[in-house]
Amino acid sequence: MAATSLQCKECKTPYALEARYVCERCFGPLEVVYDHERVDDVAEARRRIQGGPQNIWRYADFLPLEQPPASARRASSLSGLPAGCTPLIRADRLAERLGLGELWIKNDAANPTHSFKDRVVSVAVARARELGYEVIACASTGNLANSVAAHGAALGLESYVFIPADLEEQKVLATGVYGTHVVAVRSNYDGVNRLCTELSGERDWAFVNVNMRPYYAEGSKTLAYEVAEQLGWETPDRCVVPIASGSLFTKIARGFDEWRELGLVSGDGPTMNGAQATGCSPVAQAFAAGSDVCRPVKPDTIAKSLAIGNPADGPYAVELARRSGGGVDAVTDDEIRAGIRLLAETTGIFTETAGGVTTATLAKLAARGDIGRDERVVAFITGEGLKTLDAVRDTFTTHEIDPSYDAFEAEFAGARA
Amino acid sequence: MAVTVKIPPQLRAAAGGQGSESVEGATVGEVLGALYDRHGELRERVADDDGALRRFVNVYLDGEDVRFLQGLDTAVSDGAELQILPAVAGG
Ligand SMILES: Cc1ncc(COP(=O)(O)O)c(C=O)c1O
Ligand SMILES: [Zn+2]
Repeated sequence: MAATSLQCKECKTPYALEARYVCERCFGPLEVVYDHERVDDVAEARRRIQGGPQNIWRYADFLPLEQPPASARRASSLSGLPAGCTPLIRADRLAERLGLGELWIKNDAANPTHSFKDRVVSVAVARARELGYEVIACASTGNLANSVAAHGAALGLESYVFIPADLEEQKVLATGVYGTHVVAVRSNYDGVNRLCTELSGERDWAFVNVNMRPYYAEGSKTLAYEVAEQLGWETPDRCVVPIASGSLFTKIARGFDEWRELGLVSGDGPTMNGAQATGCSPVAQAFAAGSDVCRPVKPDTIAKSLAIGNPADGPYAVELARRSGGGVDAVTDDEIRAGIRLLAETTGIFTETAGGVTTATLAKLAARGDIGRDERVVAFITGEGLKTLDAVRDTFTTHEIDPSYDAFEAEFAGARA
Repeated sequence: MAVTVKIPPQLRAAAGGQGSESVEGATVGEVLGALYDRHGELRERVADDDGALRRFVNVYLDGEDVRFLQGLDTAVSDGAELQILPAVAGG
């Protein structure tokens, strides 16, 4: 594998590629570093990727695994769930509505458990198995719980998922069905996270987003690789991405950077726009204040999947937004509901509240005139609408009628014949 | 005021191998100061040069992040629990 070590993002102390996530010197987060061979024949390297499996393992050379399940051309449950290779759809009707030129929707709801979390969990769990773990676990705002439970089921690993007790019912049901241990903690996500951080020090489990976090985070790079490949080996000009902890946001940018450095993709690094809910916007607030200290907040928003009040990668997300000429915006719960409707009505894609945050932020940027008509924009839709049904309840009318021709005619008099 | 301080695995080597210690102090800052006096190596791990908590260190008083309270000036009561944890989140 091309990964050579873990390294502290703050003080650069190197560590072995083990299940560790924090620098013993300065408490900074650890990150995977690679030593990629130079790519001399770009066309050949691209063909190699294109010839790979129809899932994230086609990018195995860029992931921190010794033995990626890549050789399995046919999906087998024993190699986990096949994440990735989700559609990138040109959204002309939405673009027209917003007055934009070239707009694409990366629909990552089209993953095995219907969110981008299958990417990060695939990588974390594959690495956990290489390191010999038999139990996987996570602290989740919902989608991660779905994914960890499903991966555990596919691979025959025992799993424990920790969620805030007030999570959407759809997300709880879509987790428990896999036969995991669902632990509903009477607290918000930050309390769940604190408990799991403590537990990870005492139990020999692979917490995908705690002690396996450096590997987990790498999985999000595959979204950038896929978009680059789907755009014909070019970078987009701008990305709009939801932010909870800030990991997804920063790793999408990293994925484009890695491939630009290797010459696999052409174009500049995209302008990066982060999207948060006003009811939980520590990163947007730090950006607006011109600071890189994200003061923790107590979340209060319908976008529960993004409700992390104390985002560990917040400072890096703020820094990236600034460096790339982008920003981090926040949208209200009403704007989120409207965003879900807007995306559904113009693209046929029904997203959860996190996608409502992304769409509403895109609309806000467009209305503000921040996006040029010549820009190629990608909005990352990371989750599925069926998991947050309350967000659309009572937003339309149903026509209830008797089963008769006359009843229909009476209801729809004046409709197109 | 005797307070129990929970020490994460990453810091235990610097704290003589202990997972928790009983420390005296009237505020969060005093308790941490007393802990550093006992284990000198802990000071630079947890605090920056100005004595403030490092960026990726979280400290909880009876389960509440001290940044929601009065930070290092937060008063502690007898028998309280102070927990030091690395910042990590996302899910
Ligand atoms: C649907 C969805 N989108 C985006 C995110 C944000 O992820 P991150 O914590 O990497 O910022 C999450 C995280 O829980 C999520 O569930
Ligand atoms: Zn460090």
